[in-house]
Amino acid sequence: MKRRTLLSTAALATTLAVTGLTAYADGHEPTKVGFVYVGPVGDGGWTYEHNQGRLAVEEAFGDKVETVFVENVPEGPDAARVMTQMALDGADLIFTTSFGYMDQTLEVASKFPDVKFEHATGFKRSDNVSTYSARFYEGRAVQGHIAGQITESNVIGYIASFPIPEVIRGINAAYLHAQAVNPDVEFKIVWAYTWFDPAKEAEAANVLIEQGADVVLQHTDSTAPQAAAQAAGNVYTFGQASDMSEYAPMPRVSSIIDDWAPYYVARTQAVMDGTWTSMDTWDGIGAGMVGIGEITDAVPAEVKASAEALRDALADGSVHAFTGPVNKQDGSAWLADGETADDGTLAGMNFYVEGIVGDIPQ
Amino acid sequence: MDLSAINPILLLASLMVAATPILLAAVGELVVERAGVLNLGVEGMMIVGAISGFIVAVNTGSPWLGFIAAAVGGALLSLLFGILTQYFLSNQVASGLALTLFGLGLSALMGQNYQGIKAPAFPDWHIPVLGDIPVIGPIVFQHDPMVYVGLLIVLGVWAFLKYSRAGLVLRAVGENHDAAHALGYHVIRVRLLAIMFGGACAGLGGAYLSLVRVPQWTEGMTAGAGWIALAIVVFASWKPGRLLLGAYLFGGVTVLQLNLQAAGLAIPVEYLSMSPYIATIVVLVIMSSGRAPGSLGRIFHAAR
Repeated sequence: MKRRTLLSTAALATTLAVTGLTAYADGHEPTKVGFVYVGPVGDGGWTYEHNQGRLAVEEAFGDKVETVFVENVPEGPDAARVMTQMALDGADLIFTTSFGYMDQTLEVASKFPDVKFEHATGFKRSDNVSTYSARFYEGRAVQGHIAGQITESNVIGYIASFPIPEVIRGINAAYLHAQAVNPDVEFKIVWAYTWFDPAKEAEAANVLIEQGADVVLQHTDSTAPQAAAQAAGNVYTFGQASDMSEYAPMPRVSSIIDDWAPYYVARTQAVMDGTWTSMDTWDGIGAGMVGIGEITDAVPAEVKASAEALRDALADGSVHAFTGPVNKQDGSAWLADGETADDGTLAGMNFYVEGIVGDIPQ
Repeated sequence: MDLSAINPILLLASLMVAATPILLAAVGELVVERAGVLNLGVEGMMIVGAISGFIVAVNTGSPWLGFIAAAVGGALLSLLFGILTQYFLSNQVASGLALTLFGLGLSALMGQNYQGIKAPAFPDWHIPVLGDIPVIGPIVFQHDPMVYVGLLIVLGVWAFLKYSRAGLVLRAVGENHDAAHALGYHVIRVRLLAIMFGGACAGLGGAYLSLVRVPQWTEGMTAGAGWIALAIVVFASWKPGRLLLGAYLFGGVTVLQLNLQAAGLAIPVEYLSMSPYIATIVVLVIMSSGRAPGSLGRIFHAAR
């Protein structure tokens, strides 16, 4: 009972603080922006890029903004605790940067209707929860396009993280475009069940290489698979989330770079202006949210040129990464000839396309 | 499914490598717990060892110096825990957890300028004659030297606890510190030495990750290996032989499940992913007959 009194007192105090803050919103009090990270800011991949976005917000607004972040927050109840604490500490805007924070974000958001929440890669929204994501699958399509042409063993290894639509979309996009340039290509997929565990990622990469893969794609966040590929020699990789250019020109021949900075700056601006509304943002190469890291000279010139052409076509919208005819894995038709996938299907994608061997863990 | 894609020789060979970090950390913790101290800071000591070893190896170009630095770094951090729990009589569980958090933070700070740098190469040993034996040679005798150092430490700990007088004293301290004290043994000194040995081994385990297994520095790279080491000590009922079995079993099933996935085995991936934990627990529980050291986790003060 006592604790409850204490909590409500704290909540009341915060409400007062937040009200006070809005009263001085004309430049006296900084806007407070919180970030919840799933890995360490030094992972060199996913969280690193989100943190670059946070630094861009600080850069853009100077002392008009105050940012806080908590790293290594496990997906699950712990995340709710961290978000609650941020909200109690007076955050105006909170970015929760992993798919697994989805339910916690909505739960905490319902308790703090005055705080704006932004959940990365999710699909559940409410009045004060927006979602945003990048069309990483466009980058995966470019990777598949390159991978299919440079593989000699025709075996491409894929280190997948969790069986969520985001990851499955990446596998399908890479496979379709690899298969388009090399009909004999085969994907070996390993589910690591982690976003970040360098030892396990290195082990997964080694296993794939031992089983004949000479290109390894990764959807996990550390650079460990790059190091494993380098040690093995003659294996190609792609940077994930961040450029990972320290492994260029070999094994890393290109990369997908997440660029969150423009989005984070725009949304912080919206909160400052009072124009923030709940919305769903899904931008790709065209809007600059997904970047394709420099394709190195380890790739033959004609492959590089066609990959860049594909990148540009994806950017200007003349090519969609999922264009029919495409069948699902069980052989049933999905996209007719020339038909492109709609966002609803992509957002909830839970099937492999035809040709991929194996089952998605359910 | 294409099981022929799995090369059993490579599989067994990578088993030994995958198990080594956990084995090193666990054998150190075993000695600590046999001395009656529960140090939950293994994860923190591992990661500080990982970055200490990495920094020294990169700057000197010598992985061996790196491993020595890792052992020193881990031991120094564990000394902090030792002073807190042995002299200031603080709660061991809380201090150990704090040590893990402290170690993770400290290592991130130390490693800020070391991201994206490659570790100096640590070549595998090709042991003459033995390494040339078909099948067994590539599996057992063609690894990097730290794999054998790990095995030697386990062997040494086993012999030390079973046959040496000092080992008997250490066990006495762990079983009943009041009796050991009454017999005139320095309970706190024995425990401090054990804690530092544990820290040094955890540091070696961490450095094995950053210098051999991964090999690079990434924040938080131990990713829970220290906790697995702690669990293996308990399930191995504080016996070095079973600890070796547990660590190899865990490493082996981890590598095997990744291999089976890549080969497209029709077992749901969730079961494969949990299999290392289940297999290790089941085997060690079936075998377990031991009990925890009598004074494990209890605070000692001579006046009480």
